[in-house]
Amino acid sequence: MSASTTTHDKSETGGDHHDHHNPPFWKKYLFSTDHKMIGLQYGFTALLFLAFGFFLMMVMRWSIAYPERPIPLLSELPWFQIWLDDEGKVTGELYNMFGAMHGTIMVFLGIVPLAFGAFGNYVTPLQVGAPDMAFPRLNMASYWCYFVGGVLMLISFFLPSGAAKVGWTSYSPLASMTDSNYSNIFWTGQTQWLLGMVFLITSSLLGAVNVLVTIINLRAPGLTWMRLPFFVWAMLVTGFLLLLAFPPLEVAAIMQLMDRVAGTSFYLPTDVLNNGVLMDAAGGGNPLLYQHLFWFLAHPEVYVLILPAFAIVSEIIPNNTRKPLFGYKTMVYSVMVLGFLSFIVWAHHMYMTGVGASVSTFFQTTTVLISVPSVILLTSMLISLWGGSIRFTVPMLFATAFIPMFGIGGLTGLPLAFNLIDLHLHDTYYVIGHFHYVVAPGTIFALFAGIYYWYPKQTGRMMNTFLGHLHFWPSLILMNGIFLPMFIQGMAGFHRRAFDGGKAYEQISSQVFLDGDSLVAKIFHGGEAIQMLDLNIIMSTSAWLLAISQIPFIINFFFSIRFGKKVDSDNPWDATTLEWATPTPPPHGNFAVEPVVYRGPYEYSVPGAESDFSPQNEPDAAGDTAEKEETV
Amino acid sequence: MIIAGINQAIGMAEVASEHGDMVDHFLEMVHWVMGILFIGWSAFLIYVLLRFNQKANPKARYEGITSHFSTHVEIGVVIVEVVLLLGFAFPLWAARTEGMPSGDDVLKIRAVGEQFRWSFHYAGKDGKIGLTDVSAMNSANGIGLVKQDPNAWDDFATLNELVLPLGQKVIVQVTSKDVIHGLAPIPLMTQQDAIPGREIPMWFTATKTGEWDIVCAQLCGAGHANMVATVKVLPKAEFDVWLAEQTPMFPPDAQ
Repeated sequence: MSASTTTHDKSETGGDHHDHHNPPFWKKYLFSTDHKMIGLQYGFTALLFLAFGFFLMMVMRWSIAYPERPIPLLSELPWFQIWLDDEGKVTGELYNMFGAMHGTIMVFLGIVPLAFGAFGNYVTPLQVGAPDMAFPRLNMASYWCYFVGGVLMLISFFLPSGAAKVGWTSYSPLASMTDSNYSNIFWTGQTQWLLGMVFLITSSLLGAVNVLVTIINLRAPGLTWMRLPFFVWAMLVTGFLLLLAFPPLEVAAIMQLMDRVAGTSFYLPTDVLNNGVLMDAAGGGNPLLYQHLFWFLAHPEVYVLILPAFAIVSEIIPNNTRKPLFGYKTMVYSVMVLGFLSFIVWAHHMYMTGVGASVSTFFQTTTVLISVPSVILLTSMLISLWGGSIRFTVPMLFATAFIPMFGIGGLTGLPLAFNLIDLHLHDTYYVIGHFHYVVAPGTIFALFAGIYYWYPKQTGRMMNTFLGHLHFWPSLILMNGIFLPMFIQGMAGFHRRAFDGGKAYEQISSQVFLDGDSLVAKIFHGGEAIQMLDLNIIMSTSAWLLAISQIPFIINFFFSIRFGKKVDSDNPWDATTLEWATPTPPPHGNFAVEPVVYRGPYEYSVPGAESDFSPQNEPDAAGDTAEKEETV
Repeated sequence: MIIAGINQAIGMAEVASEHGDMVDHFLEMVHWVMGILFIGWSAFLIYVLLRFNQKANPKARYEGITSHFSTHVEIGVVIVEVVLLLGFAFPLWAARTEGMPSGDDVLKIRAVGEQFRWSFHYAGKDGKIGLTDVSAMNSANGIGLVKQDPNAWDDFATLNELVLPLGQKVIVQVTSKDVIHGLAPIPLMTQQDAIPGREIPMWFTATKTGEWDIVCAQLCGAGHANMVATVKVLPKAEFDVWLAEQTPMFPPDAQ
């Protein structure tokens, strides 16, 4: 990213004591304590991990669609062939490895770091009018913990055992005993996964503390709670979720690590076999303990994935409708309720573990309850469009598509909440479809929207609109091509994590989806009936095409740094929030003059105002200022 | 229901158990509710995008929507959810969980998962499930029936084949020898995780004869995808014949 601050170099104004000298390269780009540079570091690393997670998925989707064919390209690589069978086909072991790492990488190394690490870091201090995060060094430590965790995960691919292969959920006892046939249990994928997780969790904790303290303590004068942009509110709740939910997982991971390397039996019951041989363990442990600890984290974690998406979309919608966000206060209270409820729904992941009828009933009730604040948030965003003058900029396209896509993800959570229906749908592709709608065309679309939206703040140039459209439209269609058929397969009883895509279960997979005499079958399938198994090919092809449709984004991202259209002001979107009151790009210390806030975050098209946006930091012409109004 | 047949269109699996129809209908109903909500929201979204884009509406309205539309929608959603919960989910779930059958006419079977197969342990003629222990396990006695227990003498186990009588109540005690598996006989519309160290019951009554796949529902290792078993429902008379044909684990001469 361009380091040039020529247009708005305010260092000589003396408002900022950090900026007197040019720091050396390593200090500026590697061990920076500047929240913006750390945000960018997070962003770049996370985008690379997202691409890598996507690659793993494409390999898996080959195996699902064509289990009987050798994998193209990879089967040519000599060093890769140890993971393939004699004919060059993907093995169950490789599929499990890529599956586990796809989940881990997408959640813990891709989306959370991009959403909370990158956007949370870059935007939050700017929006609260702070010169930096409250604890800049802690912030740097957070990134480097994340980096080490990521490196450990990557190294594990090259160990003799390969990377972890027991699912991103890493259930014991399988996770406790996997790879126990390797002489050095420490250098196995699962052990390194656990160590990596400890680093990643630590990183998130440090980040969470920082964001919380920054929001609570470093708000600009006049920026009362109810004048905070919704983005900041969502980040505040996300921070609390991370802070309270991650420690149990850290404990769970360390206990599982001890089960593996120190011979403890936290999760190992008495008389458990490992590869047909009685395991040398004291026993008496409980596999369900792990699941409770894991899901106590992992359900709030779902909201860690989605709240930043709400945050970004709620910034982009008022900006592009040129009117205030509808029901701002309701949204703030909803997001708090959502955060609280997310801690008491975890056992809906465990309906099949025999938790008991009354416990299941409790968790189905809380799970249905949590949909209420979600519906309020989504409805508010939807209704915010009413009465607007909508400009379909590229960020707005992604933000608009987020609403129905997340809607599908949310709605399909409803049947899964009910115990009775879950008896049929649990662990099927229906579940995969549900949560991928939430995070892929949901959160990832919002993250793309955020990149297109804040890109000019850092680079001083806009991303290309044509390439943006070329990125958006195919992505929207293909996302549905991947995930919509999953609901149908799930209904039919296809279960997840099968490397052959369910082919071994002949009866289920041969169920007819479309009759041979239907029009679609006649055109695309030579008049043969389309079976459930054939849907795999549609989904996989969509996935590979989706990869191609990200190319315009990559080109756009890099070329616009040098060749994008230059912005004509520091506030190219005519926005109201404080991050646009900084020079472009914001220097170390952010603001040329300490901002003072006079009004709420989304004062667009205020009747009687000169322009259709009234920035938070501009005093009213009439002179009635912040202090008069409220001091919440 | 009026809208029967929709299930085939969305890929719903065959149903072959008594409570399965309940699951099926509830599933269908919830999807209708979801469909109506989604179509409603989508129609609103499309209208708004057409009506309030920059060309159609060059000047935005500060107040936005002035009616209580959103409140009505939200309250509507809450009412629908309350009805689904109190009217359907609670009573149906209670009916499913409170009625664990008991008595002599109930067939009791143990399902024992291991990497990567299922053993189904039948009680034999005495109707009593014998003791099992890990120390008694060997290649001929995979589930580890204990010879000292007379109840175990006439017990037997099948491999990857769960045979059931039509119309009789069945309790399957699900457990595992090594890692967590999941027993999912799809058309019976129920599944249960097999957790080592625990025996968890699931129960149902088969209502259709036939043969279907049993899926392993929990990732259990490299062979997870190929952990295929079948469930076979026979008319009661045929089932009794089948039962009589099975060889007990410890026939009288071996005792």
